[in-house]
Amino acid sequence: MDFIYSDEQQQLRDSLQKYIAKEYGFEARKAIIASKQGFSDKVWAQFAEMGLLGVAFDEAHGGFGGSSVDTMLVMTELGRGMVVEPYFSTVVVGGSLIDLGGSEAQKQAILSEVVQGKLLLAAALGEPKSRYELNCVETAAKRDGAGYVLNGHKAVVLHGESADKLVVSARTAGGARDAKGISLFLVDRKSAGVAVQGYRTIDGMRAAEIKFANVKVGADGVLGEVDAALPLLERAADFAVSALCAEAVGAMEALNAATYEYLKTRQQFGRPIGSFQALQHRAVDMMIHCEQSRSLALLASVKVQSEDPNERKRTVSAAKIQIGRSGRHISEEAIQLHGGMGVSNELAAGHYAKRLTMINATLGDVDHHSERFASAA
Amino acid sequence: MDLNYTKEEQAFREDVRSFVHENLPKDIGEKVLHHKRLVKDDWVRWQKILYKKGWVAPNWPKEYGGCAWTPIQQHIFDEECGYAGAPRVMPFGLVMVAPVIQNFGSKWQKEYYLPRILSSEDWWAQGYSEPGSGSDLASVKTKAVRQGDHYIVDGQKTWTTLGQYANMIFCLVRTDTTVKKQEGISFLLIDMTLPGVTVRPIITLDEEHEVNEVFFDNVKVPAQNMVGEEGKGWTYAKFLLGHERTGIARVGESKRELEQLKAIAAKELRNGKPLMQDPRFRDRITAVEVELMALEITLLRVLSSRTKPGPEASILKIKGTDIQQALTELTMEAVGPYALPFRPEVRDGNWKGESVGPEYAAAAAAVYFNYRKTSIYGGSNEIQRNIISQMVLGL
Ligand SMILES: Cc1cc2nc3c(=O)[nH]c(=O)nc-3n(C[C@H](O)[C@H](O)[C@H](O)COP(=O)(O)OP(=O)(O)OC[C@H]3O[C@@H](n4cnc5c(N)ncnc54)[C@H](O)[C@@H]3O)c2cc1C
Ligand SMILES: Cc1cc2nc3c(=O)[nH]c(=O)nc-3n(C[C@H](O)[C@H](O)[C@H](O)COP(=O)(O)OP(=O)(O)OC[C@H]3O[C@@H](n4cnc5c(N)ncnc54)[C@H](O)[C@@H]3O)c2cc1C
Repeated sequence: MDFIYSDEQQQLRDSLQKYIAKEYGFEARKAIIASKQGFSDKVWAQFAEMGLLGVAFDEAHGGFGGSSVDTMLVMTELGRGMVVEPYFSTVVVGGSLIDLGGSEAQKQAILSEVVQGKLLLAAALGEPKSRYELNCVETAAKRDGAGYVLNGHKAVVLHGESADKLVVSARTAGGARDAKGISLFLVDRKSAGVAVQGYRTIDGMRAAEIKFANVKVGADGVLGEVDAALPLLERAADFAVSALCAEAVGAMEALNAATYEYLKTRQQFGRPIGSFQALQHRAVDMMIHCEQSRSLALLASVKVQSEDPNERKRTVSAAKIQIGRSGRHISEEAIQLHGGMGVSNELAAGHYAKRLTMINATLGDVDHHSERFASAA
Repeated sequence: MDLNYTKEEQAFREDVRSFVHENLPKDIGEKVLHHKRLVKDDWVRWQKILYKKGWVAPNWPKEYGGCAWTPIQQHIFDEECGYAGAPRVMPFGLVMVAPVIQNFGSKWQKEYYLPRILSSEDWWAQGYSEPGSGSDLASVKTKAVRQGDHYIVDGQKTWTTLGQYANMIFCLVRTDTTVKKQEGISFLLIDMTLPGVTVRPIITLDEEHEVNEVFFDNVKVPAQNMVGEEGKGWTYAKFLLGHERTGIARVGESKRELEQLKAIAAKELRNGKPLMQDPRFRDRITAVEVELMALEITLLRVLSSRTKPGPEASILKIKGTDIQQALTELTMEAVGPYALPFRPEVRDGNWKGESVGPEYAAAAAAVYFNYRKTSIYGGSNEIQRNIISQMVLGL
């Protein structure tokens, strides 16, 4: 057993922590969210410069050949800073789909651009009726000469509005819920027939409904194996879930720290409210929730690489369950212990709570992963 | 033991139900059901309808224009209104300040303010909390200094619900700093249109404007607006807390939300089947429904007891808000990923635009975050627990 981060990993974490503390305060973040695009090109360029966009990719594709643990480190810091830039959609989800499923040519073309901060990705996987089920795909891809024609509606596509390229799951065979018959396509967001309706999300990010009307995709736009993309999708989604768990741990740490600070400084009845045992015990439980979450997030970040899909699924789902429950608990307690200030939008606390709550609604909630955990035994 | 409503009570319920059904304006009912944003006119319109019928002040004695209903009748009325999607009657004038004026106010205060409260001519706000005084209410600092026929008021109130609509505010103010903190507090009625009163919005997690900061800078308040005796404000405030008997449990609203949640869970799919048939989710709905059934009987036990409800009313506050919050949480979870889209514009009653996801999903997460307030306001649930442990359990 070795829970120690390498020197390089510690350096990566420290430099990112410093950057966020300096450049990404609550007010700066608020201004970024209020901007038209909803995130900052400048911050994104800095991320590229710091090498964050390539930690997980091979050196052959412009990356730095890191492991899933590096991604976890980055995501934890992004969670601590409530960073709204499209790291998750571009690097984690989009990037890993291409890294795991792309041809050498696709990886060369796309990943190197991603690493340099020149290309944004979004994964268009969910649909209005799919809830959290990756196999529930009604968007249709019909053969058209050497390529395909896409028709359908993708729901709540994170950062779909700003992405240059979309990774779209579509049905090339079988019925709406069949595991077989799903394929993945790379589609330029500006292609004819792609209609994007963008909006804010409650946690300060952006997402979009994307409708495809007779959108043509060339043969080079197929990602992975035709009709058999589900295993690839699941692997990439597991990687994404482990990253979300890491992000949640960062958010929990920050939210707990803010709450403990408030308990020490807020005075009522002539003493700090943190002197009331009723609140002390709750603060302790928040801390225990965070430690349990950290443990499973760590485990998931390692086991997500497992060759055994059952071990991978079980561990990742376990982490997402723990994070879902603990995130809810910590969010609600933090708001409550802040009293009226907890429901004010002017305090960071409520914003951490919003992000943690929406992490539960991303790529499977507690119920979804409870079932998946049991069936992967 | 008979745990059924009497024939008279059942007939009364039918009366209330058909009145609400026939008189609640459709647009207002729709807003409440779909969690659209209510504006001042929505509340006032509904209160004026109740006023015309003579039902706007069920808790008032008959002599002042009340209904002289039994506590059970009041509960039935609250429940039917809540269940039907009527907006909550604003409590600050009708439920809170009015009984204080009736019991402790001057003749002039009764004659001037009570009719204006009944007719919704005045909109009242509650000026208790301050930045430094929340749970520790007796520490309020806003001061009122007597100068001839006036009090000069300086200080700040906060979290003032719908203060942006109010023209009157009842405040706990400090008139004496030399005595025990509870004894230096007075109960002052302040006209918010006076020079020196400033209202600033506080935006909540759902980005709505529902609470405010209210600043008093050298505000000259006529001395005739002091309620009862100087220095007795704390006694009046406590009287008021004990007075709000029904309504805290919000049984009617919760029944409505429960029904809507079930309707949503019947439409949402999980693994191709209605979410309502998923045992995991259904059991969570059942758990809340069982709590709500128990709460209704607990409430009726409190209302039926011959003694005046005391600290056990805190049980109703704690459980009522637990249930309200659990329902918003389940509703948010029921809509799955469509909890994410955040489009405050959709909550405008006149909004017409392209939807995102099902209509019932549009406000689900916003309402969940908004309802975190229920366990904080009106005496936080921790304070309610302190009250029970000290006053009931003797700990
Ligand atoms: C099965 C069993 C085996 C044991 N084996 C051993 C043994 O091998 N050797 C040994 O020395 N002892 C042993 N004990 C005793 C054990 O350590 C004590 O029971 C324990 O320390 C609690 O003390 P108490 O029973 O006097 O309860 P109390 O101290 O009277 O506590 C009663 C309740 O009050 C709570 N409480 C007390 N103080 C506070 C506070 N400041 N804040 C909040 N809550 C508080 C407690 O948590 C508990 O819920 C054993 C007990 C059990 C039940
Ligand atoms: C949406 C909303 C609307 C409101 N509307 C109004 C209004 O119209 N008029 C008005 O006057 N006020 C209003 N309030 C204010 C409300 O009454 C206070 O927020 C509440 O009393 C808590 O005070 P606080 O916010 O200062 O929190 P604090 O008192 O600072 O409490 C912070 C935390 O400490 C806990 N705590 C404090 N003391 C103890 C203790 N002794 N033991 C254990 N735990 C303790 C609290 O429960 C809470 O969890 C409103 C509040 C909200 C959120």
